[in-house]
Amino acid sequence: MAKTPIRFSHNREEKAVFVDEGANLLDVLRRSIGDLTPKYGCGQGTCGACTVLVDGAPQLSCLTLAETVDGRAVDTVAGLSDGARLSALQRAFMDNFAAQCGYCTDGMLMSATALLKHNPRPTREEVVEAISGNLCRCTGYEAIINAILDASQGGARRTG
Amino acid sequence: MPIEVRTHATLAETARAFAASRGAHILGGGTVLMRAVNAADPSVATILRPADPVLRQIRTEGREIAIGAGVTMAEIIAHRELGFLAPVARLVGGPQVRTTATIGGNLFAAAPYGDVAGALLALGASVVTGEGRRMPLDDLFRPHAPRAFVATILVAPSRDFHFVKVSRVRPKGVSVMSIAANLPRPGGRLQDPRIVFNGMGARPMRAVAAERALSGQPLDAATIARAASLAAEGLAPEDDAIASAWYRREVAPVHLRRLLEGAA
Ligand SMILES: Cc1cc2nc3c(=O)[nH]c(=O)nc-3n(C[C@H](O)[C@H](O)[C@H](O)COP(=O)(O)OP(=O)(O)OC[C@H]3O[C@@H](n4cnc5c(N)ncnc54)[C@H](O)[C@@H]3O)c2cc1C
Ligand code: FES
Ligand code: FES
Repeated sequence: MAKTPIRFSHNREEKAVFVDEGANLLDVLRRSIGDLTPKYGCGQGTCGACTVLVDGAPQLSCLTLAETVDGRAVDTVAGLSDGARLSALQRAFMDNFAAQCGYCTDGMLMSATALLKHNPRPTREEVVEAISGNLCRCTGYEAIINAILDASQGGARRTG
Repeated sequence: MPIEVRTHATLAETARAFAASRGAHILGGGTVLMRAVNAADPSVATILRPADPVLRQIRTEGREIAIGAGVTMAEIIAHRELGFLAPVARLVGGPQVRTTATIGGNLFAAAPYGDVAGALLALGASVVTGEGRRMPLDDLFRPHAPRAFVATILVAPSRDFHFVKVSRVRPKGVSVMSIAANLPRPGGRLQDPRIVFNGMGARPMRAVAAERALSGQPLDAATIARAASLAAEGLAPEDDAIASAWYRREVAPVHLRRLLEGAA
């Protein structure tokens, strides 16, 4: 099978890899780059576990043809923490018990990161909309919504 | 089976490659096509990536707005002059889907996808193919219409446009059906009303019987009741994981009545 060379920024570090034609970005991140934070849930666009940011916007890596990120910036959960120091958003997930099995968590974190970057003070409805493409099958959404609100500017969790 | 990916700089090159092989598929955002690729669907032999900048442009051309087929839902929502389409684009999938899902891909997404396609059909939109041929969307959606590489969609904004999407899961959730209607009423009477159901057939379809019942009438209770009762006539809903064909037929009149009452 023919291979295509691509270069992109992965969590602010330049990477160059050869990709199989037709390969999706999720496979390239996990198998070629070794970043296991984006998860494979369905490969069909329904679960959101594979969510990454491409040039700052949330995108499903399982439905992204790998070569379309050539020359672009891809960000994943692996780039959120500074070594062992978790980001404020990650700490808020811990404090709010927003993960049980954790399978959806990486996708949730990236959808929340995209939201908070453009909208540092989201309403509860805006948080719900931002994670509407991410399924969680065990924690339940309330804890996740509260964590994202906690991590937002203004901080205090708003229920309602 | 190995897949080949080919990128072409001009519309003409993409159009030639598309015409040359039935196994060649145009890549929009890939939210439908990549599912087939991930599932190793053997009907996808070649992926064509059209790189002509025209596909990403939004321009005003007289009364119409020309939207490149590669314009995404997120871009439609953000664009000032496409405010009339924004409420439709906002209901396509979740944010991650809207980042990449294109207006061109929506024209060819299998039912019950195609909410934006239904809206465009109701608005009387046309398409321009990669070869430069212009045709009404009605022709593109005719059964057995030849396959086409769409470069641009031309649509005139309307103040008489109404849209409703019926889904079981909110805020996201695939359509049970969506209804798009353009209901101009110069002097109080409906003139050339267009009503389109998406999810009531393989492609978005016009509810011709309901349109006829509305044409030339005021939008009053009696007219609404008559049009609603004819909602599903001539349409061909199918069973799928979201709803049965029977259910779709049963509820189509209810949702059309509500849309028309909201417009009155
Ligand atoms: C989780 C999820 C939720 C979704 N929800 C909705 C929804 O609510 N409503 C809805 O309408 N859709 C929905 N979709 C389907 C899809 O995302 C949209 O229909 C989208 O607009 C398709 O565009 P695309 O660019 O991703 O298409 P692609 O996958 O790139 O292409 C789709 C088809 O169109 C063809 N094609 C693409 N561009 C062209 C062109 N210019 N000329 C000719 N053929 C072309 C492709 O070859 C392919 O056959 C959903 C999808 C997912 C994964
Ligand atoms: S793995 Fe990508 S959406 Fe489920
Ligand atoms: S924590 Fe298990 S799926 Fe969300």
